[in-house]
Amino acid sequence: MKKLMLGNEAVARGAYEAGVKVATAYPGTPSTEITENIAKYDEVYSEWSPNEKVALEVAIGSSIAGGRAICSMKHVGLNVAADPLFTVSYTGVNAGLVIMVADDPGMHSSQNEQDSRMYAKASKIPMVEPSDSEECKEYVKEAFEISEKFDTPVLFRLSTRISHSQSIVEIGDREDIALREYKKDPDKYVMMPAMARKRHVAVENRMAALAEFSNTTPLNRIEWGNTDVGVITSGIAYQYAREAFGDVSYLKLGMIYPLPDKLIKEFSEKVKVLYVIEELEPFFEDHIKKLGIKVIGKDVLPVMGEYSANLIREKVFGNQSTGKKIEGIGTPVRPPVMCPGCPHRGMFYVLNKLKLTVSGDIGCYTLGALPPTQAMDTCVCMGASIGAAHGMEKSRGKEFGSKTVAILGDSTFVHSGITGLVNVVYNKGNSTVIILDNSITGMTGHQHNPTTGFTIKGEPTRQVDLEKLCHAVGVDRVKVVDPFNLKEFEKTVREEIAADEPSVVISQRPCALLKNVKFEGPHKIINEKCKKCKMCMKIGCPAIVDFGDHIEINDALCVGCGLCSKVCNFDAIEKAGE
Amino acid sequence: MDKCNIMIVGVGGQGTLLASRVIGNVALKQNYDVKVSEVHGMSQRGGSVVTYVKIGDKVYSPIIEKGEADIIIAFEMLEALRWAEYLKEDGKLLVNEQKINPMPVIIGKEKYPENIMEKLRENYKNVISLDALKIAKECKNIKAVNTVLIGLLAKSMNIDKELWIESLKEIVPQKALDVNLKAFEEGYSRG
Repeated sequence: MKKLMLGNEAVARGAYEAGVKVATAYPGTPSTEITENIAKYDEVYSEWSPNEKVALEVAIGSSIAGGRAICSMKHVGLNVAADPLFTVSYTGVNAGLVIMVADDPGMHSSQNEQDSRMYAKASKIPMVEPSDSEECKEYVKEAFEISEKFDTPVLFRLSTRISHSQSIVEIGDREDIALREYKKDPDKYVMMPAMARKRHVAVENRMAALAEFSNTTPLNRIEWGNTDVGVITSGIAYQYAREAFGDVSYLKLGMIYPLPDKLIKEFSEKVKVLYVIEELEPFFEDHIKKLGIKVIGKDVLPVMGEYSANLIREKVFGNQSTGKKIEGIGTPVRPPVMCPGCPHRGMFYVLNKLKLTVSGDIGCYTLGALPPTQAMDTCVCMGASIGAAHGMEKSRGKEFGSKTVAILGDSTFVHSGITGLVNVVYNKGNSTVIILDNSITGMTGHQHNPTTGFTIKGEPTRQVDLEKLCHAVGVDRVKVVDPFNLKEFEKTVREEIAADEPSVVISQRPCALLKNVKFEGPHKIINEKCKKCKMCMKIGCPAIVDFGDHIEINDALCVGCGLCSKVCNFDAIEKAGE
Repeated sequence: MDKCNIMIVGVGGQGTLLASRVIGNVALKQNYDVKVSEVHGMSQRGGSVVTYVKIGDKVYSPIIEKGEADIIIAFEMLEALRWAEYLKEDGKLLVNEQKINPMPVIIGKEKYPENIMEKLRENYKNVISLDALKIAKECKNIKAVNTVLIGLLAKSMNIDKELWIESLKEIVPQKALDVNLKAFEEGYSRG
């Protein structure tokens, strides 16, 4: 049967067909839908782990115990999981272990543009990369074969346009794969110096064998066309190159580490001019140049941003397709915004009013850095808000610290904020940490996490009690407040930043997009009462519009959260009638 | 139909993903190769969103370039203006006359462009517009804006109407189906 599938959905199907036993992940765009889709298969155990490091460790455990495992994350998630990654390279596997990593060239939804191929080389783990959904499914199955044949974890690189494009997939059946026998084998699985030294030898031998295999695997294929031009490429860049270069010859790489030296040499000898088309770093190009082969690559193409067929045409041929643009009319940009009804809006209103330095974090609330709130000073990585706020206080002193807060979401706090909080307590800091508990992992599209009380399959489970947790690590001052109760919220924040000890404010209100969140319906502004003071504009709600002569609420966007009516001093906002 | 490039543009949250999935499914039923490229994550939150649907015998890149779109279906007027450059010279531009102010306009830093529909009609040959929000409200479901627009699109493509209805039945949740089929017909009849 043929089906249209997202790349991520096809990966999930591939894992299912490959007889995977355990699937783990922490959500992160563009990788999230892999594990969301695996969770639909009851034959596979799946979980949201609290972070990528734990996710990979769980998958390693499954592999060692004899069940095939897949672990998925976005590119920056692999930084978090890098510790187990480098050593599972040494232990190798029992049952197959495949690690999905989704890069985000162009940074549609990420804080950096790192190229995860570098990890394959650094950790000495083979890497494969598909170029459409069908390959997503088939390569996952092949990756498990490689993993077991060569006793190695396999990295699997995706990118936004592969993960989030749908293309046609031929559905197959699940392979019935029995658990592999589990044998205690400390020489292989206990990585102490004496054992690891021996395993390092095994790793080097394995990589040499894989380098040979790379020359013969069907994952790497030559598509002969006109031999005046040859193109070496992989993944989504292959699709762009196909459109830009047309009927030339291609060496399409599916196994992108280790690279197939013999195949590359054979290909390069038969074409007159050789191009390397790869997004981000010159990973192939550097290697091919070391083989003494002349190529055109990053000397004409950028190391930044997403590619497209048009970009290649422009950089390589000096032409590109164009359309008709209407001249002389401004087109205002439309950056993403916090949704109408978003609980974070109340909090940002207060933080702005108090003019605090805000050490921020990763989530929907990062949008608070943009106009009109502009209430965030820093955002580095998951969980960094707490450590950074502590560092600010330690370098600039208590006075500065007392005007600083760290803010991070419930899921982000569990991911890697807890250790930061322990550090504040241990090292005698005074930071105020605001945990935005909106009952879900928001930005990635509503995934459960240890604080929501439900598993990936929606089954009830034990819920992390954030108050108790904060008390347990030594924070005595823990307050729970509704961020839409603006007076109470402001009072609490004022008290906590003034306190000469660490404190946590749990800003508790569910995400406005959750199905069980009901509001009373659109509000309206009563023009007779409105003084046009624009207080309501300060909350930065996309539903409130200033027409110059009057202010209006867009009833197609307004959900009726009522926050605007709370900031209005003239009772000019009320629920609209039918 | 040899090949068809369709862009669906709008504001995150308007339901553009449903539209692209229905179109993709219709193309699949016709045994074409098809690729649909979506936007998820941060950019989705009330930002400008674009979905590409490419249909043909063999599709490589999932992305449509400037001047390559046969049809652009815009869920919002400013987005129609923003993406119109992607239209082929004889391409069709289908516009929902809905206006959603972006943040720079809301905070008074920029003005929402005036007379967008006039300017689009002056510059492009095939422009069809309607007020899908009003029609959706008349169908008693404000969320059916996307299905009204799918109906409009269906009329402008040379594909059997029954295939569209079949696809809607497969993709739209059962409880919302009747309203959406009505919204589809309303959009179709205005094409």
